[in-house]
Parts: sequence; structure tokens; C-alpha cells
Amino acid sequence: MEKILQVKDLELSFHTFGGEVKAIRGVNFDLYKGETLAIVGESGSGKSVTTKSIMRLLPEATSEFKNGEILFGGRDLTKLSDKEMQKIRGKDISMIFQDPMTSLNPTMPIGRQITEPILKHQKISKDEAKKVAIDLLRLVGMPKPELRMKQYPHQFSGGQRQRIVIAIALACNPQILIADEPTTALDVTIQAQILELMKDLQKKIDTSIIFITHDLGVVANVADRVAVMYGGKIVEIGTVDEIFYNPQHPYTWGLLSSMPSMDAEDAKLYAIPGTPPDLLDPPKGDAFALRSEYAMKIDMEQPPPFFKVSDTHMAATWLLHPEAPAVEPPEMVIERMKKFPGSRYYEGSAN
Amino acid sequence: MARYIGKRLIYMFITLALIATFTFFLMKILPGSPIASADKLSPEQRAVVEARYGLDQPLPVQYFDYMFGLLQGDLGISINQFKGADVTDVILSRMGPSAQIGFQGMLLGTVLGILFGMVAALRQNTWVDYGSTIVAIIGISIPSFVFASMLQYWLGLKWDLFPVALWKDGFMSSVLPSIALAMFPLATAARFIRTEMIEVLGSDYITLAKAKGASGSEIAFKHAFRNALIPLITVLGPMAVSILTGSLVVEQIFAIPGIGEQFVKSIMVSDFSIIMGTTIFFSVFLIVVILIVDILYGVIDPRIRLSGGKS
Repeated sequence: MEKILQVKDLELSFHTFGGEVKAIRGVNFDLYKGETLAIVGESGSGKSVTTKSIMRLLPEATSEFKNGEILFGGRDLTKLSDKEMQKIRGKDISMIFQDPMTSLNPTMPIGRQITEPILKHQKISKDEAKKVAIDLLRLVGMPKPELRMKQYPHQFSGGQRQRIVIAIALACNPQILIADEPTTALDVTIQAQILELMKDLQKKIDTSIIFITHDLGVVANVADRVAVMYGGKIVEIGTVDEIFYNPQHPYTWGLLSSMPSMDAEDAKLYAIPGTPPDLLDPPKGDAFALRSEYAMKIDMEQPPPFFKVSDTHMAATWLLHPEAPAVEPPEMVIERMKKFPGSRYYEGSAN
Repeated sequence: MARYIGKRLIYMFITLALIATFTFFLMKILPGSPIASADKLSPEQRAVVEARYGLDQPLPVQYFDYMFGLLQGDLGISINQFKGADVTDVILSRMGPSAQIGFQGMLLGTVLGILFGMVAALRQNTWVDYGSTIVAIIGISIPSFVFASMLQYWLGLKWDLFPVALWKDGFMSSVLPSIALAMFPLATAARFIRTEMIEVLGSDYITLAKAKGASGSEIAFKHAFRNALIPLITVLGPMAVSILTGSLVVEQIFAIPGIGEQFVKSIMVSDFSIIMGTTIFFSVFLIVVILIVDILYGVIDPRIRLSGGKS
């Protein structure tokens, strides 16, 4: 498959009054054409910062690329000038934000907000751009788009606004669409509609999607591959089945265990103990070690490298080291692994 | 919209009636008489003069007489300041210079203020920003009469660029008073726009505009500016007031034959009908400004447009 975006050894810091916050500490991943890659992790794990750094939307005064590169179309996005970035933003890479209530300009008719990137990146007339915008609105399921072009954001509901934001993002048929928790601020029924819409549109325009979320239910619904982030690093990456049914990193185990389940008899919801690491002074070894009941001595001293689980599946945990003692994952994870061919608990009755 | 404005006009009428009433009685409580050198007149002479202006009538009668005239648009005649002249004519003849320096001051102040504020916000925490902050602090804390004197001394007397005072050289005469009046609106607008621009520039829709590929200037002018203007409209009203009160002093200093100057003198000589007439004139001006401000809100912010019933 064709790699459309490569993030290599990316390190990024924020300069704050308290000191240097190492928000991203060596992130590697590839994005393939037409796939949906979900990045999951708790607040502060660096998932939003990673994608914002791809778009170069972080405040330049306080953020700094320390290392690594973001390769897109043969160019390193971390090194481009502002002018060159402006030509890529909205055209080749576009973005959907979390809160549709605040991500549209309240004093500009939505028609103009949709035609703006079209007029910016394509050489077409205003009238043509308007037609494109109306088509886009129809595409995202807005009834009577001609009439609504002149209306302002406050005249739309939350779900409708997110449809408009999606229309803006798709205006120039981007190669990459970054969706930063696009359904978090919506209620559940609207969430489902928006997810369906995104899946539909992805098929139609063949774009790659980076989907940031902390909702594993959403991940299972939309993603082809999943990257789990913790403490500014990717700790496990694999296909959606591999992450859900053959997870290797204790943090992924914790995440999956804390998912509410319909068939769990004892309805007590699991929570990972402790708090995320302080990235002003990140831990020396595995960032998750202090919260992990599986932590070993080496976890405190050396950061684990990536161990290959399969061709598509990697996890950064010392537990995968050949000399590591075999540990039992949580029962709930074992239950899942039983369904996954190739896992050590496989019982042969897939699904 | 028409219905909304109609409703507002009725409120305006009520407000004016109340202001007229209060001013009327407050003025009557004040010591002093409009009849100059009243002490030198014999009681008979005084009675004749008072009768001529209806000052011999009991207070309620005077009040209703005045209000009745007001209803018909009659502001009465000047008692001593412009002996016998119609108050409406006096005000109209004096309006020109006041309106000119007021308008010029307001325009200069807001335009420069918006500019300073924008630049300060876009170049946050640089010397440009600090410079504009200092200008704003000076503009707010130093009263306009101090400015007026400084302008007269430096630009008028020392460098001889503009006339020091009086209203003889047309536009040139209006420059210094306009600048003196502009300082407060300038400072206010600069601070408001800076704060608001910084807030707006940090909002989600600006990030989205960036994500669309908009350039820095497109973001500042197409997206941020209009949103940053909204709170400025709120202070336009108080700014207009500052222009009014400022002009009372500034017109005195520059010896400009405007309403402010005439108003101050009328109080000194207790010319009741001029005081009343000018107060009502100022009130109308302010109330109209407030109405315009409210309408402007709707023009700039579509979210407010629908208030006050369907158009």
C-alpha cells in the first residue's frame, strides 16, 4: 500500500513558564492511502498535539520541533515556510475540530465559510465556488442547501454545524483528513450519524483519515488501524482487530478494561489507577510503569523499544522481550484474546 | 425592525419627559437668578422683567407651560445670555463647530484606536504592543483639558502649526480641539480592540480558518476583526458621552463658539431656558446614539439581529 504520510521520530516541546514540556517524545507512524488510522489515548497523551503539528497549527512562539520529520509528498512539513504550509492546509490536508459550536465564525454566513478554501486553493469563479459549496452541503446531508448558504452558524444545530465543518474540510478533496474528536461534543444519536457520514464520504473521495478519539467504541466503528498513545509516545500500533483482540501493552489492556461492557455481570467500571505522567519531567523508563501492575525493574530504568508482534502490529513494552516472564493479562483481555487467531489464548472459535 | 425602532422611540419620549422634569426642578432649586444685576433693580422693575418671562407664575404653572411648549417643539427664549433670542435658533447656530470637532474627534479616535489595538494584538508582547499600551494609558488617565493646553502650547504656540484658539480658520481651527477630544476614544478603542482581538485570535474558528489555509492578514481582517468589533460598539455610547463632556471643557479652552461653551456660560448666568434647551438637546443626542449603537449591534453580529420581534 502507498504511504501517504510518514511521521518519523517526531519530538516536540512546549516552552512554558514552568519549563519545557515534552509533549511528543518520539512518535513514528505511517498513514496509508485510503485508510482510517485512529489515535487513541487519554487527555494529555499527545494525540491532538501530534496532529496539530502535522498541520503546523501549534503556536509558533511557544512550540518547537526538537527532532524528526513529517514527510508528505516528498517534503518535510516541519521545515516548510508559513506560505508553503498555507498552500497545503485546507487543500491537501484538512481538519475537523472537536466542538462544532465554536469552530465556525459566528459573524460570517456559512456559504462564505465553505467557499473560502475553494476560492483560496482553486482557480474558479465565485459563482462556481458557490455551486461547489451547495453540492458539498448536499453531500453532507444538509437539506435545502441553496437556502441555507446565506445563514449564520447560530441558525444551525450542533450536528448540522459539524456537517458544515466536514463540508469545509472536504471542499478541496484533501488527501488527508484529520478529525480531532469530531463526535465528542455531539450527543450519541448525532455521533452515529456523523460517523456514518464520514465513512460514506471517505469511500466517495478516497481520502485517508487520522481519527483522534478517546472513545474506543468509536474506534471499533471507524478505524482500520489503531495507534495507542501514552505520555507523548505511541505505545502500541496495529490493525483494529489486533488492538482489540490481541493487545500487548499493559496500557492498552487498561484502556480496554475500562470500556463499559453490556454483558459484564458485575457492573463495576474499571479505572486505570493513578494519573498521567508529568511531561515537564517525563519518566526515564516506560511512562506507564508507575501505574502498571505489570511493571518490572527495567521499566523504571529504560524506555522499552518496539517489539514486533506481527507484520502490522507493534508494541513498546518490555513484556514482549524474550527474557521477560510470562504474565497473565486481565481476565477481560484474555476473553478477547480467545477469539483472535494467532494469540496465545486462541481457542479456535473466531467470532 | 421597524416595530423595534418604534418601541424604542416611545421609550425615548418617556425618557426625555423625565429628564426635562428633573432638570426643570433641579434648576429651580439652584440659587441665583437669570435677571442680571437683580439687586440694582427696584422691586417694581423686577416684577416687570419676571412677568415678561413668566417667572412670576407659581412653579407648577411654569412647569406645565414649559412642558406644553416643549411638546410643540418650542424651547422658549433666552432670558439673558442671548437676550430674547429663540433657544432653538441659538442651539442650531452653535451646533456647527461642536458637531465638527465632536465628529472629527470621534472618527480620529476610533479609527486610530482600532488600528493601535489591532497592531498591538497582532504583535503581542513586542515594543509595538507596549507602545500602544502606553498611549492608551496616557489617553485614559490624562484629562482632555491638559491635552488641550499641551497641544496649544506645542503645536500652536511653539511650532505654530495650527491656530492656538478661536474659530476663524475653518478646518485648521478644528484640528487641535479634535485631537484633544480624540484621546479618550482612541485609548478606549485601542484597549478594547487589543483585548478582544487576542481573545478572538485564540478561538476555535480562527484555528479552523488557519486549517483552511488562510493567511495571517486574511485571518486578522476577514475573520477576527468583525468579531473583535462587537464589544467596541458597547463603549461607543460612553465614548460619545466623553466627547460631549469633553467638548464642554475643550470648547472653553479653545474659545470655540460651540454648544458646550454656550452651555457652561448659560449655567453661570442662570439662563433657565438655555440650560433646559441644551440639556434636552444633549439628551436627545445621547439617546439617539444609544439607539444607533443597538442597531449597529445587529448589523455586526447576526446573532443579535432577530431581537425585538420579526422584521
